Amino acid sequence: MFRVEVNHVILTGFVKRVRKTLVESHGKKKDIQMVLNLIRKLALTSFLVFVGSATASAQTFVFTAIPDEDETKLVERFRGVAEYLSEQLDADVRYIPVKSYAAAVSAFRNNQVQLAWFGGLSGVQARALVPGSQAIAQGEEDQAFFNYFIAHKSTGLDRADTLTDDLRGMTFTFGSKGSTSGRLIPEYHIRDIFGEAPEEVFERVGFSGNHTRTLRLVESGTYDVGAINYKVWEKELEDGNINTDDVKIIWKTPAYPNYQWSIRGDVDENYGEGFTDRVREALLALDDPELLESFPRSDFVPASNSDYEPIESVAKEIGIID
Amino acid sequence: MFSSPTVRTSLIFTAIAVVGLLFADIAITSANPWKDLGRFFLGVVTPDFFSTEGLATALLRTVAFAFVGVALGSVCGFLLALVYRAYPVRIFCAFIRAIHELFWALIFLQFFGFHPLTGVLAIAIPYAGIFAKVYAEILEEADPEPGRLLPPGTGVISAFLYARIPDCWVQMRTYTAYRLECGLRSSAILGFVGLPTLGFYLESAFSQGHYSEAGAMLILFYVLIATLPLWVKPRLLPVYIIGAPFFLGEGMPIVWGNVARFFTQDIVPGPLKGDEGWSGMGSWLGDLFVTQALPGIWNTVILTQIALVATGIIALLAFPLISTHFGGPVRRTSGHVFLVILRSTPEYILAYILLQLWGPSMLPAVVALALHNGGIIGHLIGRQSSTIILRPDASTGLNRYTYELVPRVYRSFLAFLFYRWEIIMRETAILGILGIYTLGFYVDNAIQNIQFDKAMILILITASLNIGVDILGRFIRRKLALQTMPTC
Repeated sequence: MFRVEVNHVILTGFVKRVRKTLVESHGKKKDIQMVLNLIRKLALTSFLVFVGSATASAQTFVFTAIPDEDETKLVERFRGVAEYLSEQLDADVRYIPVKSYAAAVSAFRNNQVQLAWFGGLSGVQARALVPGSQAIAQGEEDQAFFNYFIAHKSTGLDRADTLTDDLRGMTFTFGSKGSTSGRLIPEYHIRDIFGEAPEEVFERVGFSGNHTRTLRLVESGTYDVGAINYKVWEKELEDGNINTDDVKIIWKTPAYPNYQWSIRGDVDENYGEGFTDRVREALLALDDPELLESFPRSDFVPASNSDYEPIESVAKEIGIID
Repeated sequence: MFSSPTVRTSLIFTAIAVVGLLFADIAITSANPWKDLGRFFLGVVTPDFFSTEGLATALLRTVAFAFVGVALGSVCGFLLALVYRAYPVRIFCAFIRAIHELFWALIFLQFFGFHPLTGVLAIAIPYAGIFAKVYAEILEEADPEPGRLLPPGTGVISAFLYARIPDCWVQMRTYTAYRLECGLRSSAILGFVGLPTLGFYLESAFSQGHYSEAGAMLILFYVLIATLPLWVKPRLLPVYIIGAPFFLGEGMPIVWGNVARFFTQDIVPGPLKGDEGWSGMGSWLGDLFVTQALPGIWNTVILTQIALVATGIIALLAFPLISTHFGGPVRRTSGHVFLVILRSTPEYILAYILLQLWGPSMLPAVVALALHNGGIIGHLIGRQSSTIILRPDASTGLNRYTYELVPRVYRSFLAFLFYRWEIIMRETAILGILGIYTLGFYVDNAIQNIQFDKAMILILITASLNIGVDILGRFIRRKLALQTMPTC
């Protein structure tokens, strides 16, 4: 990430010289002058490196992703994607992890990343802020995504065709505040079914942070009920990470469009004519089963901004976007 | 006893906290809180130092951000201290220090993004405000005598350098060194919002339940702070300060257009951007105030008051641990280690850990604030109590504690407590980011919803609340004639 080694060598060299000079000097004016000169030089180089480092990576193609799952998994998954893209695009491609959905949107908006794997809502928010940006690819499954509402065994709830009044007075956790499947869609359905805000329906409403954590918190009984992205549920189930005695599905939501790759409108200008198309083609051509499995998606298919109109209108309805 | 103003004040504050408890959301909501706590302690005693490749880098970055931030803050603070008499300067400093490092970081993240400057400024700006105030107080209390002895016609700068600075030097140095420790803590928690410091990895390890990894990070952090006096030597300081900028990491390039956009568009209130103009401002502000600011203020105040009293209780219980009037050297040493751990753990990290283990409510926040702040105050009055000389036939045990020592240290105990009142409130607000419904929760909400105009107004409200409590705290300390020295 940073040229620590090089700087380290320079630095230790300087430190040794400074120390040596200090030891030898004992107040001799000339030597003190030397020390000062050294320090001045060092200050200047450090300043130049500081400024220089800020501009050095301008042409690297950088992408990010919303932190919807455990970080270790994300880093593993997107390092693979970065390697794949840099091969396909013959460019320096880098993934940076972020700590919140908003940070992903801001980085995209601020042109610190040019491409991002967004959820439905974060994609709509991000594209509204960056003129000309477009959704270029989505997972096969994202065309008709859905959610599970899950409950701890102590609630005694069973799977039903809708959310029932038994849920009133229980505790409930969303995923992240900016998440489509962790927040927007569950909140929309709660409001729709109960005619009230989640805080009115439930005794306590929390935001776990991401889907993996929602699962853990409901599984351990910290919350009675939670809303989780079905893909995360299925993957964890497959990997044997869910104790199905403790937690179970109580409702499956209707389908909606979700995750997608969005790219900024000015990449052709900055990375060469046709770059957007090359990125799109590279993503659609991604067929490494291991990499796809890490998402987990079976394939990537073309997407467009208009696919996400339903998300936008729901977000407007519940006041998440103005 | 009730005629004593210190007792009356203590009772009033305790009563407020008790009433606050009735309204507060205090509960352990997780199903297996003790099992998780057990797993966490198991993790701490079986630390895994080699699991995260970035651990060494994270520590390096934590130190680098602390050095650069504190150095910049102290230089700016010193310059501000020189003109601190001017009223506008005082207001300005009170304002910038009333906003927590994490809020500054969240603001800078919006336009500098993941550039080192975000972390550096997030530390340097509030620290400059604090340095300005404390340096100014130190300079003001300097002995004026040497200045009077200077021959007439001595230049202002010479007089300042030769007659004022030498008298203040030791105090300023001690305080700056102390702030460096605070800077390390601030730097570590900046990781929680995405900067490449320790908090970044700690958050990941914790949220995934990798307690051995988290334990290793905490232990390294304690060692880092405990060994500060060993590796921070005055002679090496220039090397550290000049070297530190090299180790901040590269981050992402700054796009200056974003900075302009942030100030000219993002933070302009919604109605002013649209066609409503000023006429829409009333209802916009009113709505924001009623639905977000008021509940946030209410929860922040309640939590602060409960945490303040809990801090006092912990401090009074903890100070005998290191007092020479109780126990032998072994007990005292373990007491020291315990209090160092309490005060070295940033309350944000402590609250985060407890929230993970106990589930969301105000309880983890109260406990975290009380342990951290109680540890600091307990340490200070414990040290002070050791200087008290008792009669050879003075009572022992509980009587010695209640009749001999507590009355003698009570005034300075209250002084420290009221000094920390504003600090506790600042932290309380920020803990909202973790999901407790204080002001920070609503600020974080607004930022997550990309509504920076609302976020800015809420941050301004938080800052005003802190300034208000600061003024009130100072008023009470003056009224009770309590003297104190600054802590962070």
